[in-house]
Amino acid sequence: MRLVIALPYFWLATFFLLPFALVLAIAFGVNNPDAVPPVDLGLSLKNFRLLFTDDLYLAAWLGSLRIAATSTVLCLLLGYPMAYAIARARPGLRPLLLMAVILPFWTSFLIRVYAWMGLLASNGILNQFLRTTGLVDNPGTILGTEWAVHLGIVYGYLPFMVLPVYAALEKLDTSLLEAAADLGASPLVAFLTVTLPQSLPGILAGCLLVFIPAVGEFVIPDLLGGTGTLMIGKVLWDEFFLNSDWPLASAVAICLLVLLVGPIALFQRQQAKNLERQ
Amino acid sequence: MPGRARLPPPKRSRDIGTASPQSRFGFAQAGFAFTVLAFGYAFLYLPIALVIVYSFNESRLVTVWAGFSTKWWSALFANEAMLGAAWLSLRIALVSATIAAVIGLAAGYALARVPRFFGRTLFGSLVIAPMVMPEVVMGISMLLLFVGSDQLVGWPVRGFLTITIAHITFSIAFVAVVVQARLADFDRSLEEAAMDLGATPWTTFRTITLPLIAPAVGSGWLLAFTLSLDDLILTQFVAGAQSETLPMRIYSSVRLGVDPQINALATIIVVVAACALIFSGWLTRRKA
Repeated sequence: MRLVIALPYFWLATFFLLPFALVLAIAFGVNNPDAVPPVDLGLSLKNFRLLFTDDLYLAAWLGSLRIAATSTVLCLLLGYPMAYAIARARPGLRPLLLMAVILPFWTSFLIRVYAWMGLLASNGILNQFLRTTGLVDNPGTILGTEWAVHLGIVYGYLPFMVLPVYAALEKLDTSLLEAAADLGASPLVAFLTVTLPQSLPGILAGCLLVFIPAVGEFVIPDLLGGTGTLMIGKVLWDEFFLNSDWPLASAVAICLLVLLVGPIALFQRQQAKNLERQ
Repeated sequence: MPGRARLPPPKRSRDIGTASPQSRFGFAQAGFAFTVLAFGYAFLYLPIALVIVYSFNESRLVTVWAGFSTKWWSALFANEAMLGAAWLSLRIALVSATIAAVIGLAAGYALARVPRFFGRTLFGSLVIAPMVMPEVVMGISMLLLFVGSDQLVGWPVRGFLTITIAHITFSIAFVAVVVQARLADFDRSLEEAAMDLGATPWTTFRTITLPLIAPAVGSGWLLAFTLSLDDLILTQFVAGAQSETLPMRIYSSVRLGVDPQINALATIIVVVAACALIFSGWLTRRKA
């Protein structure tokens, strides 16, 4: 029994927890291109000062938060009605509908982002469609804009929104809806006073599952965004791989972690509560 | 409360108990549900469908249809770098999913069946956190660990081993969550009966618990396998200069623009993923 606890404990402490201590240590170091690895350890605050004073980094922080937040809202606006419709479908149909939501999650994320590259390019499928149908004569290019990034995030993370919301709606006691209707509530009022409050845990879990990874997202802004799309995950990547500035990249990681520790803790509490209810 | 006048007429209240809410709200809601689902699934599947269609396109331009051709498929199967990367990815996925299934099973069991032990809160956080942790953060932190360890003791060399360790670390969470949910689902009286009859905890686990949660472990393994096959960011950080996995290969090709060979590869991935998911659904639904 001790081994059952010790094995995952040891593994995660070694390969998940311990590395963060290293990131913290390196973040206070200084970049040294001649050393291997390119770091001089120290207690410098230079990296953090840069992150909070330089316009470029500030823009990247704000850009990440803004894009992640609006994408999360868009995801909710599309995902909630879908989850609702699935939860109200015939019971025999539900597993199939759910599976159809999950399937894209099992196919490569990279491939799904790639799919939008061909769709949104200036001579892409969407623009050709718009031109040939005469809907828009001279459509602009979506690829390389923030629109494309939003679209990519909503597309990539939609299953993460639908599943927890569905789980909450499925558990909904339908007799409450009948009671509301019997007492004269219109469908809209019944929805707002019964369904919506009861599905709040699902909404919260879904929003966190979309928002947290979206803040640090790299693939989507890299492939669908343009040079003007500043997101912090891409900054970290570029500092590390293009500039080989490990200490600055580490400092970005630490700040990202501090920024997300609240939402992550909230998500874990939500998960724990859900399991207790089971 | 408003008076009786606003109660529904008796004719309708007779249905209570059998009527589901949708029959009360009628056609408007059914139409709404249908529209939402049609739009949602079109959004999810149209891009993928187009990728598949254009893998059979004659033209190099992925956006212009120029007739049916399988030449990109032949090109894909002659692409040594791509095949090598795919083989490496498959081996990593097999090893990492298997180890992650074992550790994740232990973690899920501990969380569901051991109510109190030292540091349980921390344990719970450690198991769940990798699910939502931004991958760039996990990537850089694991790389620093491997580099630090390499500096200290000359091990591990970056490549197959480090990629596998990284994939195990983030897959554990997914297996653990599936196993924990499954364990929370079935009642413990069978386990308790076995214990009362003198079975050791290990025998109980082997003969009662494990057969019951085997489907969950199986679908957890499949999930870990596909996550490993798909991972780019973490892998890119810890891979070192010598190893190139399939997503790394795809990424470096896709950065330069659309490529019909990638469309062909995407088609294979979609088909395999669909089979894996159907198999996994069958596993979890085949209840004991």
